[in-house]
Amino acid sequence: MGDPLLRISGLTKAYPGVVANDDVSFDIGEAEVHALLGENGAGKSTLVKMIYGLVKPDKGGMTLRGAPFTPPEPRAARAAGVAMVFQHFSLFDALNVAENIALGMENPPKQRDLAARIREVSETYGLPLDPMKIVGDLSAGERQRVEIIRCLLQDPKLLIMDEPTSVLTPQEVEILFQTLRKLKAEGTSILYISHKLEEIRALCDTATILRLGKKVDTCTPAEKTARELATMMVGASFETPAKAARELGPVVLEVADLSMKAPTEFGTSLKNVSFQVKAGEVLGLGGVAGNGQDELILALSGERTGGTGKVMLKGRDLGQEGPVARRAAGLLTAPEERLGHAAAPDMSLTENAFLTAKTRKGMVKNGFLDWGKARGFAEEVIKAFDVRTPGTENAARSLSGGNLQKFVIGREVLQGPEVLVVNQPTWGVDAAAAAAIRQALLDLAAGGAAIVVISQDLDELMEVSDRFGALNEGRLSEIRPVDGLTVEQIGLMMGGAHDMEVAHVDG
Amino acid sequence: MIRLEKRPQPSQLWTYLTPVLAVVVTMVLGGVLFAFMGKAPLEAIRTIFWDPIFGEFAFYYRPELLKKAAPLILIAIGLSFGFRAGIWNIGAEGQYIIGAICGAGVALAFYPTEARWLIFPLMIVAGILGGLIWALIPALLKVYFRTNEILVSLMLVYVAEVLIKAFSVGLMRNPEGMGFPGSRNLRQYPAAANLELIANTGIHWGVITAVFAVIVAQVFFARHQFGFNVRLAGQSPRAATFAGVDPSRLVIICMCISGGLAGLAGLYEVAGPSGQILGSFPAYYGFTAIIVAFLGRLNPIGILLAGLLLALTYIGGDAASSSMNLPAAAIQVFQGMLLFSLLSLDVLTNYRIRLKKAQVA
Amino acid sequence: MDINPILLLAAIMVASTPILLAAIGELVVERAGVLNLGVEGMMITGAVCGFIVAHSTGSATVGFIGAAVGGALVSTLFAVMVIFLMTNQVATGLALTLFGVGLAALMGQSYVAEGQIIVPKAPIPGLSEIPVLGPILFRHDLVVYLSVALVVLVWLFLTRSRAGLILRAIGENAEAAHALGHPVRLVRFLAVMFGGACAGLGGAYVSLVRVPQWIDNITAGAGWIALAIVVFASWRPGRLIIGAYLFGGVTALQLNIQATGLAIPVEYLSMSPYIATIIVLVALSAGRAPGSLGKPFHASS
Repeated sequence: MGDPLLRISGLTKAYPGVVANDDVSFDIGEAEVHALLGENGAGKSTLVKMIYGLVKPDKGGMTLRGAPFTPPEPRAARAAGVAMVFQHFSLFDALNVAENIALGMENPPKQRDLAARIREVSETYGLPLDPMKIVGDLSAGERQRVEIIRCLLQDPKLLIMDEPTSVLTPQEVEILFQTLRKLKAEGTSILYISHKLEEIRALCDTATILRLGKKVDTCTPAEKTARELATMMVGASFETPAKAARELGPVVLEVADLSMKAPTEFGTSLKNVSFQVKAGEVLGLGGVAGNGQDELILALSGERTGGTGKVMLKGRDLGQEGPVARRAAGLLTAPEERLGHAAAPDMSLTENAFLTAKTRKGMVKNGFLDWGKARGFAEEVIKAFDVRTPGTENAARSLSGGNLQKFVIGREVLQGPEVLVVNQPTWGVDAAAAAAIRQALLDLAAGGAAIVVISQDLDELMEVSDRFGALNEGRLSEIRPVDGLTVEQIGLMMGGAHDMEVAHVDG
Repeated sequence: MIRLEKRPQPSQLWTYLTPVLAVVVTMVLGGVLFAFMGKAPLEAIRTIFWDPIFGEFAFYYRPELLKKAAPLILIAIGLSFGFRAGIWNIGAEGQYIIGAICGAGVALAFYPTEARWLIFPLMIVAGILGGLIWALIPALLKVYFRTNEILVSLMLVYVAEVLIKAFSVGLMRNPEGMGFPGSRNLRQYPAAANLELIANTGIHWGVITAVFAVIVAQVFFARHQFGFNVRLAGQSPRAATFAGVDPSRLVIICMCISGGLAGLAGLYEVAGPSGQILGSFPAYYGFTAIIVAFLGRLNPIGILLAGLLLALTYIGGDAASSSMNLPAAAIQVFQGMLLFSLLSLDVLTNYRIRLKKAQVA
Repeated sequence: MDINPILLLAAIMVASTPILLAAIGELVVERAGVLNLGVEGMMITGAVCGFIVAHSTGSATVGFIGAAVGGALVSTLFAVMVIFLMTNQVATGLALTLFGVGLAALMGQSYVAEGQIIVPKAPIPGLSEIPVLGPILFRHDLVVYLSVALVVLVWLFLTRSRAGLILRAIGENAEAAHALGHPVRLVRFLAVMFGGACAGLGGAYVSLVRVPQWIDNITAGAGWIALAIVVFASWRPGRLIIGAYLFGGVTALQLNIQATGLAIPVEYLSMSPYIATIIVLVALSAGRAPGSLGKPFHASS
């Protein structure tokens, strides 16, 4: 056998306080789908950025078909035939599809020719896309297609995909896999980054597993069980959350016919959302990103009011109340974005504890703050949720993602809410912290609180929820018990098949 | 190669060190500027920064220092609320002028009644209200029409300047002034005058109010919920709405505070050191106060010190212009450079500077 | 004295030119995602540089070049601070204005008594003979034509060229543009310098044509009005012309009314451009600003 397509030998990259990649070596063969498997923080992103020329390695090197490959910038990587689809899309909302694609090419043809080529490629690979549409108006799946087509137009030898399925419905995932298999058949290699084991077993020829910056193994995933792969990825086994049998109480939170206009031009309007949650129950709300999740939590937290419909907590309508009144009544929320929304990045943990707990924990007297109490509560959260930090006076942004998320969730849980609504509670969090957070939510439910978990991680929802619903374009599907729900059903719910149900109700 | 690396949290040390360093850097740069203009740099620096406090004529300058510092501090304290919350009231100069017009208006309306117990407090209320209303215009427009408060408040400065010019030759002109522009001199109207409370100290009501404002602001920022909300909204607007802070209310309150204090400063000035409504009344205090606010790190105590320092540049600048023929504009350049160096040096607060050897790949 | 509508319309073009020049420069800067509030400072720097250079060389043309260079130079100060030291753009822009106003006063003080340098009119042959339209549109100096040409060029640049596309992309989402390998900082630096040069030209038009002599604070807020017009124009060059001419209209009209000796006091008329700015900002602030406008960009690698 000759040289592989890409040989990575001894790549090392250190950041202050952390070695992101430590002497990583592996080969990617021609026409191979190669998985890069690892937890959040295992060093996958850094490694890929080095291949794509965004980050320069401290040590080690790469060869592309035997020739030294050291791209100083993405342009050089693209010129050498390496293309990348980012996890957080590098797209420009206000520009149209063709302009977005032109920006990722070295020598783009004229707009009209480019539009024609986009149509051609999108048909060949089964990725329908209108080149003149403004990207901000596209769904997450369509936005991903923009990125993929941008890559394909340059006939890449190696296509890097960073967590591509996290924004897709199961049906869309199947379409993507067909596209990738077709590419492979045409001789393109794919570096497929994921932490979803079943996907990797289904799609990839080879897998390299990273843990804490080091390569654990390179193997053939089809020959391993998901359990074996998980053990390699995580290292030690951790406890999966225990769902105890619970007695359900009366309805605590009832959202009735809630509609609200989109907050921004490219946002989603909520349309007649209705659901109920009982004491002790966990309701899971799934859906592809950008289908109203953010808008729903803003409407529940009280950050946005002025819609129609009701938000009833134990029979009291809080629909027009602001966040402070809702918290006082017992409706607590934890939004997706930790830094800048759930927590103020430059403020200390004490100040961040004060942020949402001031009313329920009695930290304000006559308008004056009791810093002692706030610090005490911050300490309590840190201790109860095992938040790794030198102390309460550290800025929120100095914490790692997992630790900050534990702090944010802990801050709400320890206030003893009647209802807790969380959005993406374990997004970008390492497995151990994720397990701890899910356990805390389940424990809170067991204690009699009503929980709403909004998440794009279906596995997570299946693990913690009693009932499941999906958001699609701001509408909520029918809500069904999790037990007995099939993947197909979930996919249909997420894909908006409830249109039929709406018709049914109307009719 | 030099690389900037974001600190996990802003450096406490540099937060306090940068203003001092900025002053030093500006003195050096200023010295270069003065030398470039053919003035002896060291002498100029000494004339501006040393002589007014410790020199031969310090007895004259020291009271002046407090008189100049008071409006700067008062305005800057007001601005610090808005700036911390990310609300950019750039039109303090206009609010200052309108405060002076309204306050003087009350006094002139009552002239020559001798009822200080009524007139002076009424003037204070009018001064505050005048500045407050002038600041409320951009605030309300921002809240209801999402217009940019920077541009609106600034446009209103020009309008205020036109107004005071018009009033000084029209509505408020001194009927006994033999046709000269300018209102009656309030210093000569005991019911309305804001004179020195203790002779030859420079301490008038404005100075006392400024010190009071510093203390109140300090307490608010450190211990009161409102101060916390202001900081939160400035650092992280979305976290602030999440915490239940109403951004519209915050805009209005912060603009009212800064407008009211600027108006008050204008009233004290027109009734005291300046004495009358005149086309040349605006003294750029409203703009210099922006520098004071930043140099003081938006911290009340810092603003107190920064206000004194910038007052010193005014007085020292005057001294240097009479003794060394240094143009008045040089001081303005100097103040601009001070803000530049402060902002530049702030990079040290938020970033670590790493020297990295260029790698040969 | 009556108001001659043809002369008034011609005067509007002249009165609009400084604002139009400064605004088209700022438009490019803001489309690149940088908010430079120092337009007034760059404009007045240009005004003084243009005045000094024109008087030293005796040539208005060289004066305008000097003004553009001066404006661009002083803008690099802003560019370095905002782009490389990641300072707050609002505060830095203000500093630039405070600094520029002082600097101009300092540089200009020995030129206060200087007279006028004639900027020759350049009527366009043929076109200037068209009745009504000729005197309104085609009997101006070259800078007036240049300002309109610049708007057209900027429009072509932004909508038709690849560099313009990259600039818009950077203004929309600097992180994404960086990830695609586009030189965010370089583009922004050049944009800021272009903005500085345009503001400088606009300033020189005030000091060499509009006023034309040196007085302190000569630009009198024109730079701020230019900023407002960019917002009014929703960051689109075509609407920028309308906005600038609207303001030129208010200014020229109020000067004309002053000249007719109407019973409105001069002072109240002279505040009309500022009031008009506020009204327009209120009536039309619907446009969508570039996505990364005003946000600092730190390439974390």
